[in-house]
Amino acid sequence: MSLFEHHVEFVTALRDAGLTISISEGLDAANAVQAVGLADREQLRAVYAATLVKRQSHRTIFDNVFDLYYPLVYGSAATDRNGGRAAEPVRESPPPWAVNDPLRLQLREELSEYLRTGDEQLAQGIARDAVAGFGALQGFQPGRPSWSRTTVLDRLAPQTLLANLLEQMLGDDRDGIAEQRARTAIDQRLRRFTQLVEADVRRRIAEQTSFRAAARSGVRPGIDRVAFLSATKTELAALRREVQPLARRLAARLAHDHRRGKRGALDMRRTMRNSLSFGGVPVDTAHRPRHPVKTDLVVLCDVSESVSSFAHFTLLLIYALREQFSRVRAFAFVDDIDEVTRFFAPGGDILDSITQLGEQAQVTWLLGRTDYGRAFELFEERYADAIGRRTSLLVLGDARSNYGPLALDTLERLAAKAKHAYWLNPERTAVWDTGDSAASRYADVVPMVECRNLTQLGEFVKSLA
Amino acid sequence: MTAWFDSPDAVARGLADVGYLADSATATTVFLATTLERPVLVEGPAGVGKTELAKAVAATTNAGLVRLQCYEGLDEARALYEWNYKKQLLRIQAAPAEQAWEQTHDDIFTEEFLLTRPLLTAIRRDEPTVLLIDEADKTDVEVEALLLEVLSEFQVTVPELGTIAATRRPFVVVTSNATRELSEALKRRCLYLYLDYPTPEREREIVLKRVPGIDADLAEQVVRTTATLRTLELKKSPSVAETIDWARTLVALGAATLDEKTTSSTLGVVLKHATDHARARKELDLPPAE
Repeated sequence: MSLFEHHVEFVTALRDAGLTISISEGLDAANAVQAVGLADREQLRAVYAATLVKRQSHRTIFDNVFDLYYPLVYGSAATDRNGGRAAEPVRESPPPWAVNDPLRLQLREELSEYLRTGDEQLAQGIARDAVAGFGALQGFQPGRPSWSRTTVLDRLAPQTLLANLLEQMLGDDRDGIAEQRARTAIDQRLRRFTQLVEADVRRRIAEQTSFRAAARSGVRPGIDRVAFLSATKTELAALRREVQPLARRLAARLAHDHRRGKRGALDMRRTMRNSLSFGGVPVDTAHRPRHPVKTDLVVLCDVSESVSSFAHFTLLLIYALREQFSRVRAFAFVDDIDEVTRFFAPGGDILDSITQLGEQAQVTWLLGRTDYGRAFELFEERYADAIGRRTSLLVLGDARSNYGPLALDTLERLAAKAKHAYWLNPERTAVWDTGDSAASRYADVVPMVECRNLTQLGEFVKSLA
Repeated sequence: MTAWFDSPDAVARGLADVGYLADSATATTVFLATTLERPVLVEGPAGVGKTELAKAVAATTNAGLVRLQCYEGLDEARALYEWNYKKQLLRIQAAPAEQAWEQTHDDIFTEEFLLTRPLLTAIRRDEPTVLLIDEADKTDVEVEALLLEVLSEFQVTVPELGTIAATRRPFVVVTSNATRELSEALKRRCLYLYLDYPTPEREREIVLKRVPGIDADLAEQVVRTTATLRTLELKKSPSVAETIDWARTLVALGAATLDEKTTSSTLGVVLKHATDHARARKELDLPPAE
């Protein structure tokens, strides 16, 4: 394959992975590659990133695809570390109990060295050898193993190096802040190492199948497209970090739209005064600014295990946008219901709010299984006055009520009392009504919106305020 | 036209000479922008040196820096050009009675009465120029459309004067804090650079370079602590500028190490929110403030 074709295919793979790349950007990239040359891999990465990736949320996708198309090495090429030692031959992963495997001991030794010094090249070498030595699993065809990052990390167990390392780095001098600093450094290097192992596993898979197939399967969506329900722990943290910027963006846009929104009623006095400069002809009409209509918001959210990340996240966003609503009250339920407004004090800390909510809110009753029917009835019984003429009612949940009662008429009464009512469902529309989901039966009473990721949530909140 | 830089490495060296330590991605992007004559769109958290980059490029190439600070309500008259009405009025009033109107008309729409604003200034300059369009996300969509024309063709049309094209294309840096997504059209015409917080190693170099007289160990401790603070979920993570401030404060106080007590008493230099303070104190196990 010529270099040019490789470039074209790389761009196509990026498009497949969800990046929008115009023809002119593709041309730019080709020109740019010519201007800089192919000598340095990290430089090539920078060149492609500058010309093709115009959105930071796409950066991870880009890096993954780039690593596939422009890998550091092919196969198990010899690495020149350890004085030209030959590369480890690929072998089947030894069983987990083989803790004294010589390769394992050696790699752990080296890994410990990397975690102390942060030498990137060393880490790349270890990652390659580790995948060769521990990542191969029996594949469908003989001679074509399949690869697993979990096995590699399991066998090496880098976390267990931590205690020893801290001992070495700090000695007896283990006051709080020095230890914190060391831990952060090691954590960052450990994450980097995990990334390198993942990248190497993807590369080996790609060599066996095809680049494009691997690019399609092994690449996770950008953070604004990550579905709340399938987010990993790191992605959840990243999502939480996105709350403030997203709220800021939304608030800026809302304020902006508001100012340029429709003009209010005619201001007679100012129109007359303006007309004086045109000899009494009202050329410029003056208008009163419109009064901003702010809505009360009542949020009912299902915080059971299956959807809690979604509910917490949505609550956080709404609280970050507090200024856009005149009053927000939040209620959490599983099979009992409790008001949780108190946990979101202005200027409060996001993480604390979530932890407190988890510890202190009285949301479970007997079984601790989601019971929408009971929750709605209890809400009407205890907090009916929360809903008034100006209130928007927002229900967050997957509408999976464990085949329990639905209390449709209660919800209908509540919705009728409110100005608007919406239901945000974090599940794909395609799986609504499967199993115990009562999505469409609730949707008959309250309009239901699919809300799976940041983008959809942002759009919805914007339409609300 | 002479080239700005020979290679990405030359960029990195040049920037380092004026005290800006660029990583390889930054150097490569700047090199590309100068070679392909494209604007660079720089995004990233506040205080990582987006504006500083433009200044550093100007300083190292001895180019003039023209800055357009964007804000809401910025319009053509403030960004591009404006006719000097008052002077034109004076000229009309001062015109001799026998002069024909056509003559006066031709007179008042000349260079003399033109007030050039940053965009036009940058285009008309003959010397090497760095044009910095700061915080482009603050402007309205209309101005973005205006930028689009200027940045893709490097020319401006003034109806009374005709089209003014750049004799020498400026090096354009557009910065954005991403309060709003810039339009696809603008992004397509720009090269993109995301400046993130630097790695601790690089940040240590920056601190050593920018804070004279700091001990290498102390610098190491400061950047490691800042890195730790950045992993906490804070409202506002400490920026590079704040790290430098912190290092300066410690030097001024004559602190030899950054232990719990010093951290606790100087935390206000890096964290500017009360809740962030509380969180940091809890996570780092700091003694309460005195």
